[in-house]
Amino acid sequence: MAAGSALPFGSAHAQLQVEVNRGKVEPMPIAISPMAGSPMGTQIAGVITTDLAGSGLFRPIDQAAFIQSPQELADAAPRFPDWRQINAQALVTGRVQDNGGTIGVEFRLWDVYAGTQLTGMRYDATSAQWRRLAHKIADEIYRRLTGDAGYFDTRICYISETGPAKQKVKRLAIMDQDGANHAFLTDGNSLVLTPRFSPDTRQIAYMAYRGGRPTIYVRTIATGQEISLGDFGGTAFAPRFAPSSDSLLVTVAREGNSDIYRVDIGSRSLRPITSGSAIDTSPSYSPDGSRIVFVSDRGGIPQLYVMGSSGGGAQRISFGNGRYGDPAWSPRGDFIAFTNIQGGMFHVGLMRPDGSDERLITRSYRDQSPNWAPNGRVIVFSRQSGDRSRLFSIDSNGYNERQLPTPLDASDPDWSAVLP
Amino acid sequence: MRVKLITLLAASAMLAACTGNDDTTAGGTGGATGNLGANAGYGNGGIGGSNLGATNGSSVPGSQQDLEVNVGDRVYFGYDSSSVDQAGQQTLDRQSAWLKQFGNVAVTVEGHTDERGTREYNLALGERRAAAAKAYLVASGVPASRINTVSYGEERPADAGKDENAYALNRRAVTVVNTGY
Repeated sequence: MAAGSALPFGSAHAQLQVEVNRGKVEPMPIAISPMAGSPMGTQIAGVITTDLAGSGLFRPIDQAAFIQSPQELADAAPRFPDWRQINAQALVTGRVQDNGGTIGVEFRLWDVYAGTQLTGMRYDATSAQWRRLAHKIADEIYRRLTGDAGYFDTRICYISETGPAKQKVKRLAIMDQDGANHAFLTDGNSLVLTPRFSPDTRQIAYMAYRGGRPTIYVRTIATGQEISLGDFGGTAFAPRFAPSSDSLLVTVAREGNSDIYRVDIGSRSLRPITSGSAIDTSPSYSPDGSRIVFVSDRGGIPQLYVMGSSGGGAQRISFGNGRYGDPAWSPRGDFIAFTNIQGGMFHVGLMRPDGSDERLITRSYRDQSPNWAPNGRVIVFSRQSGDRSRLFSIDSNGYNERQLPTPLDASDPDWSAVLP
Repeated sequence: MRVKLITLLAASAMLAACTGNDDTTAGGTGGATGNLGANAGYGNGGIGGSNLGATNGSSVPGSQQDLEVNVGDRVYFGYDSSSVDQAGQQTLDRQSAWLKQFGNVAVTVEGHTDERGTREYNLALGERRAAAAKAYLVASGVPASRINTVSYGEERPADAGKDENAYALNRRAVTVVNTGY
């Protein structure tokens, strides 16, 4: 899909801005007009509307209240008084050029009260990519109005679950972040766990019990090709890609001892990162690749530690109540998400990489496996209640908790980077 | 290998829920690891695994059924613990004697956990439990080469319940006879 190009138009630096650093945010009223020129314009506006509403930062206004038609908007500048009348602060307009097989979409974002254009872009894509194109526009609107990168043109991989608790059938699955384009990637004949995207979004690493010893597999999403990283002489689990996408951290359990290793995907060479008789597992790189947060029970119970990327010098960072696990370093670098277990309940929480500013933002019988949206503002996690398990997202400020649409039960979610 | 426990079913209502080992398809790339997963989902929670006191004339000596019924195939652990307690040691002593009696049998010890930890930590903990059971068997004279270990973490509970009784039954190491030996 061709990258968007800016449309020529004078752009005033207006003050229209959603403040994302406050606790609870009052959503910005936004009017998203169906785009003119093709029936696809209505569908594209619908996807943009769902994306922006789901972020919790915007309140799309019912189209029934719109006064000015899409065609009028396509031919001339908006009649701003019409949009002020329905209390829209921002307005999205656009036009679709359907070339049969390919589409070109121009969109413009307007500050209704200032009466100015904030941004305008053109995107070209195949018609089949119309949803991605809509997500790209939503990302641009989000970026322009919040100052943060968007996260809508992204995918979620996770483990789909069926069957009784004692013999669950687990399949690797993938979908767009809004639940569209869902696909199962494995057939359920082997137990699969903990899928993780490569930062370049091209591959998924996961653990599978297949044939001999359970080990790590790497799947290329576009081709479906899968490789086994081989037999490490023990149970291999907990894969995490390095920021460069060409190596992985894995945990290998041998004779009862679990340690973290780095494995180069090309050469399969293995380099120990931790040693000693404690359990060391669940590694996650800092975004610059210089540090690793991981779980260890070297102090008696599982806690979070940070060490250099070659190992050594590990410092404990978790000092709250209970047990800690599943650390995930934010793509912004500023926080580490984790699972905390105390008083018989599971929480998703956050702390800074030095252990300060700790807060728990969810609570249930079993919330776990937090992972970050690429802008570091939203976290996806799994929640088990009774015999059900589902995926949820929540803003890092603890607001806007939402269930993600999955066709079946779900666990172990990971969120991709923004697609190229 | 499909195990039928008709005799025991008549003898003990506790076994009513037992469906036997129905995973016959777990293939392997070698005899030593060929049985990984063969006991996954084995559903006899509540049996306790030892001291059933039942004898079963129909069980084939040296078989998984023989191990389960006449020896005890599993030991239990405390929360986040991999220490083998006295009852577990007694079970492993019987397993050791049985493995010495059937010198051609190779086994895989499967380590399991409850669901009160994170999934990845539980994989590590399950391996630790399997290794603890293996170490005890090896110390009692069973060659290490006859014993593989694998961790299932929390993935294959023996009891689907959400209470301490269920958790206790799920914190276990299960000795499984490798098929195809």
